[in-house]
Amino acid sequence: MEYLLGTWHWSISGFLIGMTMLLLTYFGKSFGMSSNLRTMCSMAGAGKFSDFFKMDWREQKWSLAVVLGCILGGFIAYHFLSNGTRVNLNPDTVAQLQTLSIDAPNGKLLPDALFSMETLQTPKGFAILLVGGLLIGFGTRYAGGCTSGHAISGLSNLQLPSLVAVIGFFIGGLVMAHFLLPIILK
Amino acid sequence: MKLARFFLTGIFFGIVLTKAEAVSWYRIYEMFHFQSFHMFGIIGTALVTGVIGLQIIKKKKIKDFKGLPINIIEKEKGFWRYILGGSMFGLGWALVGACPGPIFILLGTGTYAIVVVLIGALLGTYIYGLLKDRLPH
Repeated sequence: MEYLLGTWHWSISGFLIGMTMLLLTYFGKSFGMSSNLRTMCSMAGAGKFSDFFKMDWREQKWSLAVVLGCILGGFIAYHFLSNGTRVNLNPDTVAQLQTLSIDAPNGKLLPDALFSMETLQTPKGFAILLVGGLLIGFGTRYAGGCTSGHAISGLSNLQLPSLVAVIGFFIGGLVMAHFLLPIILK
Repeated sequence: MKLARFFLTGIFFGIVLTKAEAVSWYRIYEMFHFQSFHMFGIIGTALVTGVIGLQIIKKKKIKDFKGLPINIIEKEKGFWRYILGGSMFGLGWALVGACPGPIFILLGTGTYAIVVVLIGALLGTYIYGLLKDRLPH
């Protein structure tokens, strides 16, 4: 049971993520999570303001079903497939996070310093989450995909554009993690 | 039900990403600081699985579950949209530690603050839709 309830090994996790992509391919679809954001904008009537959202969102119902499944999957894994031993970080990482006033995981998936309800009620805490979301939404649509669409599906199909996108993910990620986060969290 | 298989696939994916801790802000931070092999191992194994799987599908001309030929869509050519859009996404990914899949999955784990990230992501997608034609692609 330890294997099931603790952190899943990277090799098992990676294999199962690859299989998810292949399964959706076998179902005749392509694996990508960020396109759901476009579908949701379209459902909310964004087609009135931009042709980009003039689409028949009903054709994407299958993908919205994946999203609903994801939410339930997160619920099941968090409540029923866990023994509370989560996120064993490199001790160096924990020490480094402490200098940024980020609390250690101690079994949590997310730091309270960024995701607690108290933080959410501060202007800075709210702004960090909103701006992060804006960058994710704008960036993934501009790049035409996220980690699932480019890093997994695209690279698996040896697509050069996906390699460029993944290089971009890392340029942005490294700049944020090394240079901007220390300034923002100060 | 036609959508059931997709719903089940989503449940599976949500469980895997949660148990892999790929939904954890900490794991993303650790990855961008190269302080653990965990995330690189996950992405690497997923890729090896994906490359081999897609090669088998192509070589053996495997049909989808309806018996139709599997058509794997090629990405559009381009450079600027991928490097600029990719970098913007990377900035957001390292800031809030979630890519679009985990945003939804974290809703299920009861992280209400992630709703703000989701609203931001929907707004960002909408703003892209408005500015699309003025951006280099």
